[in-house]
Amino acid sequence: MYKKSLSQQIYDARWCYLFILPCSILTGMFVLYPIGMSWYFSLLDWSGFTDDAKFIGFQNYVEAINDKFFWDAFYRSFIFMFGTVPVKIVLGFIIAVFLNNQVLKLSPFFRTIIFMPVVTAIAIIGIVMTFIFSPFNGPANKLLMATNLTSGPIDFLGNPDTVLPTVMGVYVWKWLGITMMYWLAALQTVPQDVYDAAKIDGAEGLKLWINIILPIVLPFAIVIILVEAVSALNVFPLIETMTAGGPFFSSEVMEVYIFRTAFITDAGTMPRLGYACAAGVFWGVAVLFITALQGFWMRKIRRI
Amino acid sequence: MNKYLNFIAEKNQVRYLVISIVFLIFSFFWIYPLLWVLSASLKTDFEIWSGLGLIPDRLVWENFERAWIGANMGRYFFNTLIITVVSVIIVVVTTGMFGYVIGRYSFPGKKILIGILISTIFIPQGYTIIPVFDLLSDLNLSKNLLGLIIATAGASPVIYILLFAGYFSRIPVELEEAAKMDGAGFFRIFVLIMLPLTKPVVATVSILQVLHAWNDFLLPVVITLGNPDIRTLSVGVYAFKGEYFIDWSGMAAASVITILPIIVLFLFMQKYFVEGVQGAVKG
Repeated sequence: MYKKSLSQQIYDARWCYLFILPCSILTGMFVLYPIGMSWYFSLLDWSGFTDDAKFIGFQNYVEAINDKFFWDAFYRSFIFMFGTVPVKIVLGFIIAVFLNNQVLKLSPFFRTIIFMPVVTAIAIIGIVMTFIFSPFNGPANKLLMATNLTSGPIDFLGNPDTVLPTVMGVYVWKWLGITMMYWLAALQTVPQDVYDAAKIDGAEGLKLWINIILPIVLPFAIVIILVEAVSALNVFPLIETMTAGGPFFSSEVMEVYIFRTAFITDAGTMPRLGYACAAGVFWGVAVLFITALQGFWMRKIRRI
Repeated sequence: MNKYLNFIAEKNQVRYLVISIVFLIFSFFWIYPLLWVLSASLKTDFEIWSGLGLIPDRLVWENFERAWIGANMGRYFFNTLIITVVSVIIVVVTTGMFGYVIGRYSFPGKKILIGILISTIFIPQGYTIIPVFDLLSDLNLSKNLLGLIIATAGASPVIYILLFAGYFSRIPVELEEAAKMDGAGFFRIFVLIMLPLTKPVVATVSILQVLHAWNDFLLPVVITLGNPDIRTLSVGVYAFKGEYFIDWSGMAAASVITILPIIVLFLFMQKYFVEGVQGAVKG
């Protein structure tokens, strides 16, 4: 059989190109173009609302690297990630193991309940949680005081020391249902004979889990960790609605920092889209780097 | 077939009971914040802060009236509904067509295309939001719903494309070949043979996009900064908090208006929610 020329191949596939066109246009506009443009914007001194954009090279980057708030937000994003991902992975796994029991008649009900916060609008959760954790008779403080766990109300969201752990706790609560569903899917891939053998052996021991089940679900664990890690870096709506980065910037993660420099004007200052883009590019590259690192690690483990 | 490791033996009634009760208590605390806001939406301001109880003394429906009309949540509700419905249609049609081609055909440039798509999966929204805002302003779309709709539809196509591609690639070739014998062309095969088979994956993708469009915050808050008329529910409640911060019960009612439709949808279509979520790691 002779090989067709490239132009012939392209002509033969004309329907294919027609079919991918609409989605390609949308993706180009709202995914690819923004990625490219934020590189360009990051080189401008530009407020975003006027046309007087000035090309200033890498000055925005230099400024970001020298800004204490930038690095604080940068580190805080990673604290957020390292503080929430392990908790979600472990807690989600334990819950999934229990709810994977067919005998547990209420299992579907529990799954529904645990998944419920996942479908609830994140901005609403942020706002409702400011009520729940309010130091003025908020339900969380009411409960703590009624059970004599604390003598006075705790200002969960008003104290720089408690604000980040509180937001992290809410984040885990909000998204744990997804982690649980991932794990339930993973447990379903364990071969039936392993389960049967486990049943015959009584399946009581923790040994069984560590020696047999865990190795089987490990490849899943790596994918789950990757997905969870990246989503833990995208927490803008929750933090913006719960604390807006406060008090005194103590819960300001990277995305809140970008939003603040880009769109929120303190008295007398102009928004700075160019600078915010530089921070965003820096951030995007960092996230991409982590993803690549984890992808590399993933392949290595899968090969073993 | 489902597989289960039943380490809770049916014979062992005590263990069974203990685990069930522990989970029941856990579930109650888990769901308490949502029950709390539901009950707060039907209480007076005074009652909200007076105790932990969930049953209102008297059902104060006026809270909903204040939120729906006074705080404009009615308008925001329809904005959100329009954005969600139209963006779901756009997403299903465009990513479905894309996924079909990727899943069943090979053509020059396919590998590069897939490579580009995959590399954008983990791009944070905070990274693209500024150029998106600028692009919509340049196109004069930043002041109306249309801009918000297409930006919502174009924001995250990759997972949907992969779901469609995976599904289409598993449909047996024989079906298609029989149709080709009968002289059916590319388009007719797609419409007559393929489309009728895609209901489950269309449902899954639709649900995921409904969830995304209804609950999205960063994009609508940025687009509607200077234009309150096109706010979505999430942005509306957020603005409500800034404007009428002492109307607790009204805010609770506005919150319920926002979250209840999706929770009800979830309860009825749970299967597709779960498939959508799990599809992301299985793939």
